[in-house]
Amino acid sequence: MVSRPVSDDTVHLNEKVQIAAKILVVGHFAVGKTTFIGTMSEIPPLRTEETMTQAGESVDDLKGIKGKTTTTVAMDFGRLTLTDRLVLYLFGTPGQQRFVQVWEDMSRGALGALVLVDPQRLKESFAVMDLVEKYGIPYAIAVNHFDGTPVRSDEELREALDLLPETPVVTCDARDTKSSANALMVLVRYLQSRTRKE
Amino acid sequence: MTTPSDDDLEPPVDPLEPEYVELVRPYVITNGRDVSDTSRFELITLVTAADDTQRKAHLDPEKRELVTLCEGGYLSVAEIAGHLKLPVGIVKVLLVDLVENGLILTRRPIPPAQLADIQVLQEVLDGLQARFG
Repeated sequence: MVSRPVSDDTVHLNEKVQIAAKILVVGHFAVGKTTFIGTMSEIPPLRTEETMTQAGESVDDLKGIKGKTTTTVAMDFGRLTLTDRLVLYLFGTPGQQRFVQVWEDMSRGALGALVLVDPQRLKESFAVMDLVEKYGIPYAIAVNHFDGTPVRSDEELREALDLLPETPVVTCDARDTKSSANALMVLVRYLQSRTRKE
Repeated sequence: MTTPSDDDLEPPVDPLEPEYVELVRPYVITNGRDVSDTSRFELITLVTAADDTQRKAHLDPEKRELVTLCEGGYLSVAEIAGHLKLPVGIVKVLLVDLVENGLILTRRPIPPAQLADIQVLQEVLDGLQARFG
């Protein structure tokens, strides 16, 4: 039996970890998903690729593949060991409708989703919100607030995004650890309240 | 009597082949295995190398690399894909073989019903609060 190195290992998980949980960080292109994940992750964020094959799609048709389409979707993710036995993974998920296959894999077993929105580009969040709702993933809205951005009122935002009254809305700065952690805590508290009701 | 030349035995060249080969290249390393039996692996399934990895010397380079990566402890399927720079689907197929051969051990993810368990959520919240609160 080979003994495993314990020190200086930042790649592998603590040996005691038993439970892996997953939260999705979703949002439209360039809304700050990768920044958020990089801020919270204990490891340098990693990128994985999923190759999707679809029959009979006209979009992205590849010459000579007899009607089959392959698209590669990149996902960034990070890791956060929260207790001796629990690790939380944060997966950044693209919000485009054509990535639905990836969503099936990503949403399976996810606790919930944090939907990052840019208050100045609310319309671009509609597609991703359709997806979280389609897959029945409970979510909270995190308004990624950059310096100098005019803050919209909560009411305005709720109306624009057509949110349920119980859906939490929190402002966060994806570059700031405390602020991003707070957004995750708001989501988790909301998930708790839903579980209690069920 | 004439014997057919080697050229006659060559299979016809498929004009589509070059593109086809380029597109599916990663699947060559799975020995053409179907991906349908990979459903037991999720992105956050945790795996590690078995203690006895002597046999890994006989593995394909990709599998050997995967086992070596996992020798240091537990990693999620997603992390393995990220470190090895292979698509998740390919990593899952490699893992199916390695688990069958006893070179990789898995820690199953908690089923979704239990994941929503108030206890896990409480633990996530407590952990976040303790670290960032």
